[in-house]
Amino acid sequence: MNRIVIVGGSAGGLATAEALRRAGYGGAITFIGQEPHLPYDRPPLSKQVLTGEWEPDRLALRGKAEIDALGLDLRLGVPAIALDLSGGSVALADGAEVPYDALVIATGVRPRQLPGSEVVAGVHTLRTLDDAVALKARLLPGRRLVIVGAGFVGAEVAAVAGGLGVQVTLLEAGPLPLAQAIGEQAGHVLAQTHRDHGVELRTHAAVAEIVSAGGTVTGVRLADETVLRADDVLVAIGSVPNTAWLHGSGLPLGDGLVCDEFSAAAPGVYGVGDVARWHNPLFGTAMRIEHRTNAAEQGLAVAHNLLHPQERRPFAPVPYFWSDQYGMKIQAYGHLRDHDEALVLDGGVSQRRLLIAYRTGDRLAGVLAAGLSPRILRAWRALIAARTPWATAIAGATAA
Amino acid sequence: MKVAVEADKCVAAGQCVLIAPEVFDQRDEDGIVVLLDETPAPEVHGAVRESAAVCPAAAIHLAES
Repeated sequence: MNRIVIVGGSAGGLATAEALRRAGYGGAITFIGQEPHLPYDRPPLSKQVLTGEWEPDRLALRGKAEIDALGLDLRLGVPAIALDLSGGSVALADGAEVPYDALVIATGVRPRQLPGSEVVAGVHTLRTLDDAVALKARLLPGRRLVIVGAGFVGAEVAAVAGGLGVQVTLLEAGPLPLAQAIGEQAGHVLAQTHRDHGVELRTHAAVAEIVSAGGTVTGVRLADETVLRADDVLVAIGSVPNTAWLHGSGLPLGDGLVCDEFSAAAPGVYGVGDVARWHNPLFGTAMRIEHRTNAAEQGLAVAHNLLHPQERRPFAPVPYFWSDQYGMKIQAYGHLRDHDEALVLDGGVSQRRLLIAYRTGDRLAGVLAAGLSPRILRAWRALIAARTPWATAIAGATAA
Repeated sequence: MKVAVEADKCVAAGQCVLIAPEVFDQRDEDGIVVLLDETPAPEVHGAVRESAAVCPAAAIHLAES
């Protein structure tokens, strides 16, 4: 194996390339990225970049010298458009064909759009540095921003924009923000926090259409015919895996690139990061995780499996994410989605403090804390990693 | 090996503490990284490199000698 091609120029692709080099792989690495930028960090896009605390150059994940030292064949600003699986080559938008001995697919996700709104001026999504710079320029005091979707991106932007003096309306289709992902109790805390900071949160808000005049957005019409006037609209309704270029390739697709417990989608073809739906044996289920830390951890795991085909290791992490909203840090470990029970162990709506344990079946599946010391979560993470039965974990917590 | 951390970039994820507890810790109040040993022993260099590789804020910097 002398030619490894990594498609995806962000955190997951970078972690894979670095891990290959650290392990002594001296062959060629072609590093293909759709964006023109060297790998940069995305979480600050909805935080320090929007507030203006950080200039965009601070987002670089590595310095130029560190990238140069990796000896990559860099193909930035050129998306991959097709894969020839049997022939072993990737086709790029500039017409190049890049042959490989092993392939890493780390193409990430793109924001889900509201149909027809992509071409309306003043309608934004937030995924890339260019998106963040464009949105930042619009967040001026007194302007009206409507955010469609009260997930983590929507909530973080609401917090920043409100702090900048923007009049923010946050639309949530369900009864509470993020209730399906992290439970009703956490949703209540998030909802109250938005309202405490002057953000208008509208729940059960179904968007009928974006209203525009002369190609520029003027508002959002809800299903109940209410029209919310807006100078800008941020569409933050989740993401779609970037797998269009793989259609017809023969690789298994289904809400992401379908991979096994080794993160392999086919012999010599691996998935890394947001795009990969792999079988996590720790939880016994397939998952696709759009968390920053997962991209790097999976990159390390894939590099090992690429270089040690006889000693491959399953990728069995405890997922982790964090979110910063209104100066409050939310952190969670585990697989919270599809939980059967969310048990509040500490705090509540009035305290702006929260510790929740999540049960799936008879196991402790996850834990979430807000407004508490991050150290508290480490013991919980160990319990999740050890597949601790729910009854044991909760008995220990209530005795402590 | 010489280790440096950027506390103002740190996001308090604690990945480094999980991987190399001999070298990294977290502040009690906000979870921000605390560097325990800026010239760690060779036997933990591998763990320190992994910590730097997975740090979600790219806040750990290594100078290899």
